[in-house]
Amino acid sequence: MELALVLEKFILVAIIFGISLVTAMYSTYAERKVAAFLQDRVGPNRAGPFGIFQPMADGAKMFMKEEIIPTQSSGLLFIVGPSLAILTACIGSAVIPWGQKLTIGSRVIDLQVTDINVGILYIFGVVSLGVYGIMIGGWASNNKYSLLGAIRAASQNISYEIAMGLSIIALLMLTGTLSLRQIAEQQHGFWSNGWFTWNVFRQPLGFIIFIICAFAETNRSPFDLPECETELVGGYHTEYSSMKLGFYLFAEYINMFISSAVMATLYFGGFNFPFMHHLGLSENLVTILGVVALFIKIIFFIFFFMWVRWTIPRFRYDQLMDLGWKVLIPLAIANIVLTGVFATIFK
Amino acid sequence: MESLTNKKKVLEAKPLNFWERAYLPAIAQGLSITIKHFFKKPVTIRYPEEKREFSENYRGLHSLKRDEEGRERCTACGLCALSCPAEAITMIAGERQPGEEKLYREEKYAAVYEINMLRCIFCGLCEEACPKEAIYLDGDIVPSDFLRKDFIYGKDKLVEAPLNQ
Repeated sequence: MELALVLEKFILVAIIFGISLVTAMYSTYAERKVAAFLQDRVGPNRAGPFGIFQPMADGAKMFMKEEIIPTQSSGLLFIVGPSLAILTACIGSAVIPWGQKLTIGSRVIDLQVTDINVGILYIFGVVSLGVYGIMIGGWASNNKYSLLGAIRAASQNISYEIAMGLSIIALLMLTGTLSLRQIAEQQHGFWSNGWFTWNVFRQPLGFIIFIICAFAETNRSPFDLPECETELVGGYHTEYSSMKLGFYLFAEYINMFISSAVMATLYFGGFNFPFMHHLGLSENLVTILGVVALFIKIIFFIFFFMWVRWTIPRFRYDQLMDLGWKVLIPLAIANIVLTGVFATIFK
Repeated sequence: MESLTNKKKVLEAKPLNFWERAYLPAIAQGLSITIKHFFKKPVTIRYPEEKREFSENYRGLHSLKRDEEGRERCTACGLCALSCPAEAITMIAGERQPGEEKLYREEKYAAVYEINMLRCIFCGLCEEACPKEAIYLDGDIVPSDFLRKDFIYGKDKLVEAPLNQ
């Protein structure tokens, strides 16, 4: 392997890692601002103009706080929990295609860390690993509330992963590939052959199932039962303090960012935007605009996550299980059948 | 029993129809309500920088008035202290000496005039009781402080600024 490739990938990884962290940081700020605006308030506005330094202040606070490790907890696992949560949240971004190829001089740079041919499976694997962070943390705390939160998280993730996988199967029947780059490239532009190219217009039901499952997988409201504070104090992170707590909260926001990116790539055309090759711009400019387009979509989805959080109350646990097993899974299976029929007829 | 008012409303628990059971239309409706609030002006008043406007008859801090020649109106009759239900007002009267006619309007004046702002309930009875129109509750809200003794306001804080300053 040549050195330049290693260097290129290293820089790309560093940039993506940085962007994920900054996005997660500013998601905490955006969450509070969006919540405030939806409730006719102003939100944080003291740290800097409009409170834009709030995430830095929060981060500094998290680091300064006393770190408490309960004496009855299992020491190593207590540390492994949040580390695993943040690790699995960060590695999901490796297979997401952030843009088309960028040409600098004679060098063609792929704006994706790695284009593995089982991209979606990789994402699924990483997402299901994420629950171990919560599970181990909840178990290691040696606290009944933490344990209950962890158990809830585990069973919720298992239930919703099935429906999510089934909704993806219907999508894969249309795309015929698991590689995220190829899926994104298939949705080129916005309109061709008399129909929209974006998958959301070919898989509307699948998209609805996917987004509901994404809410459940990231433990976001209305599926935030693992940290349901009215019943479980703080859920799985009840015993955590200082930056370990920060890592759990951070992992949630990074997960939100990654799942927004996945949704944008799978269903909303990824880095494609309407008329991208009819504007007469140079290739590199189109690529950069594509990255911007992808980020606009991601930001919209993050906003949507927050918008839903501050609108809908939390599900009861039996309702959650009902929805997962009795509604979403049959719907997803029906979607597969319908997709098969339509794909055969309109070939 | 027959209802005595015409406000009685019989509620029927109808079974939910398909769209109601599907949740999604209701969720979309909820989202549309919250997004409307997103673009509304926040109701917050950013307090230290911005202050709520008081109504005209708002009863705030007391001030001891001067007459049109800049002399203190208060004659230390004690009616305000007598009318005060919270017993917040105390005063010591002094006799006007020759040469002080520019300072005090009557022969008798309040040498010490103290209001305990922690006792005061801002009822405005002192204002009503005063025969000389010397005290009005036309000020701001009481500022915060650390010690109880600092809430006893003397003449230095209560008396209006002299006219020619």
